[in-house]
Amino acid sequence: MSIETSEIGGIPAVWTRRHLLGLEDLSAEELNCILDSAATFKEATAGCKQKLPVLTGRTCANLFFEPSTRTRTSFSLAARRLGADTVDFSASGSSLSKGETFIDTAKNIEAMGVDFVVVRHHTPGTPHLLAQNLDCSVLNAGDGPHEHPTQGLLDIMTIREHRGELAGLTVALVGDIAHSRTARSNIWGLKKLGAQVIVCGPSTLVSPRWQELGVEVSYSLDEILPRCDVLNLLRIQFERQSTRPFPSVREYAHLYAMNRDRMQRAKDDILILAPGPINRGVEITPDVADGPHSVILHQVTNGLAIRMAVLWLVSGAGG
Amino acid sequence: MSKLLIKNGRVIDPSQGLDRTTNLLIEDGRIAGYDVSPNGQDVVIDAAGKLVAPGLIDMHVHLREPGREEDETIATGTASALAGGFTSIACIPNTEPPIDTQATVEFIRHQAALADNCNVYVVACVSKNREGKELAELGQLVEAGAVAFSDDGSPVYDPELMRRAFEYCLMFDKPILNHAEVRELTRGGVMHEGLASLILGLPGMPAAAEDVMTSRDVTLAEATGGRIHIMHVSTSGSIEIIRRAKRRNVRVTTEVCPHHFTLTDECLRSFDSNYKMSPPLRGKRDVEACIAGLVDGTIDVICTDHAPHALEKKMRELDQAPFGILGLETALGLVVTQLIEPGHLTWPQAIEKMTINPAKVLGIPKGTLAAGADADVTIVDPNSEWTVDPGEFRSKSRNTPFGGYRLRGRAETVIVGGKVKVRRE
Repeated sequence: MSIETSEIGGIPAVWTRRHLLGLEDLSAEELNCILDSAATFKEATAGCKQKLPVLTGRTCANLFFEPSTRTRTSFSLAARRLGADTVDFSASGSSLSKGETFIDTAKNIEAMGVDFVVVRHHTPGTPHLLAQNLDCSVLNAGDGPHEHPTQGLLDIMTIREHRGELAGLTVALVGDIAHSRTARSNIWGLKKLGAQVIVCGPSTLVSPRWQELGVEVSYSLDEILPRCDVLNLLRIQFERQSTRPFPSVREYAHLYAMNRDRMQRAKDDILILAPGPINRGVEITPDVADGPHSVILHQVTNGLAIRMAVLWLVSGAGG
Repeated sequence: MSKLLIKNGRVIDPSQGLDRTTNLLIEDGRIAGYDVSPNGQDVVIDAAGKLVAPGLIDMHVHLREPGREEDETIATGTASALAGGFTSIACIPNTEPPIDTQATVEFIRHQAALADNCNVYVVACVSKNREGKELAELGQLVEAGAVAFSDDGSPVYDPELMRRAFEYCLMFDKPILNHAEVRELTRGGVMHEGLASLILGLPGMPAAAEDVMTSRDVTLAEATGGRIHIMHVSTSGSIEIIRRAKRRNVRVTTEVCPHHFTLTDECLRSFDSNYKMSPPLRGKRDVEACIAGLVDGTIDVICTDHAPHALEKKMRELDQAPFGILGLETALGLVVTQLIEPGHLTWPQAIEKMTINPAKVLGIPKGTLAAGADADVTIVDPNSEWTVDPGEFRSKSRNTPFGGYRLRGRAETVIVGGKVKVRRE
């Protein structure tokens, strides 16, 4: 079932970019343009359930060099909801295992007539390298610990839906800040839209240098908890760590897990976000993850809306 | 008897404390005298407005041959050296196979003689196969012509082996050139650990990794009386450790590369692998410390760490791309533009660090225009402004971050053993 494309209108003049590589470079106006477009798409598709074929005839390739369930599915569905064709590419079973370089692989895929390349890669800057070498639009679906712009945007969209304005809110990112692309994209987006940002976690995973970017640094969740309007609970990324940054998962959970006891000391209207995949019992207990303050599943729905919006926006820029 | 006269040039030879405008006569490949009038010499070069210096020496060059001829060969590397104004280079032994036997040293010297570009001195391995386990046959390597020892690419890791190397080298008075890096602290690292690496999410290589090893090396050199030369110093901490050691008369010298006194880790924000090298580009404070170390003499030598890599190797994801950049053809211009023009170093100070100082570290009879010395001469046009075009490099590789840079100062004429090798009009 599809609806009229005329409900969406033209691409706003503020948007001129061909790629979405990160949130660091975007202005508040550009961020709001994406968020507003995503809200429009969400409404026009009855909560991201219906089709809105504004990208008919276009093709979107998913180049995922790292495991992903949520983001990959979300980008694919978003492209299809807009009428585009999708093709999936994964590092295993590809020419990469035959020694082809990553840029050659991408150029070959582009030569098959692809309009969008959605890329996830374990190395920061890889989408930027692709953007320099390809003529099509490149969307960063996570480059190592650097940025994950659509995740940052969907987190912010979810907060905005529940709280209206971002300005004046205190948002804490809790956990493995060092290895988190979600944290970095959130920091840039939230700061630009006027929120107060706290990064909180073990001192081996939270550099004091974040303060140089106007971010508050805390090692005590219990100390900051009463001040927070939003908590975004980040997963500990064991796979990115060469040496263990804290003595045990038990000790981590003791200090940083969001559980029933801590919920009682939080603001009454606190929002609990988690980018997923979540480790139940590590950064969040099941009763909190499934409780009334959790908006984790709203985030997933909004992910579709954000990805529809960015695919549509970049499709209009620079051909 | 062939005679060559360089007339009217400002001759700067720090080895003799010489800085005056004069005519320099070269006869049969040697410096024959000063204040000679033009009088029937075979060749007369007018160097009015130019600087006449001892041939420049780069004591840290990766020639890649044998083993990685797709990156550079001895012929292309020495041609690149000449184009940059260098008449002598020392090549680093992290080749495949590494330079750890007399035969390999002789191979290098033979290839260099065939290429007939600049002089090539061989730095040989400290340990067999560069494995850091047992000493290479240092005595026989000295007999074959090795001028110093290094496992560069890697540090000499085992402190016991390092101590033995220092002690053993006392017999030959040869220095050990060490790449100062504690690998446990830099594992997986791509760039300097700082605010830029934090923002980019790239694994960092903290300054402490260099400082801890520098400290160890200085301590062992002091304990044994051996000679340590810390390669490509890049941190304020290491420079301070060396400064203090020199005050205690430890036999320590050090070198710095142009990129470390020119660029900072902020450059990595472009994700361009031509900014990836080891040690990495550091912070602004470290760049300032490199310049201060050059000014007060803590840093003896300017070298390039010329590290060619074929294009396809550098065009990779940042963690896959190898460390290192070219240096030979941009070094002089960067020294002039970054150190001399802003007034950090005088011309004699800069030339000293590119001639007699590296010659002293290596114990080679070069870097001087004293009468009787080999006639290796670099004539520099101090005012020539030029744009770096990697397409014109004589090196086989193109991995430079300085493409498009406007630089001042270039080698105009390069003479090796009395023969004019480069003449840029």
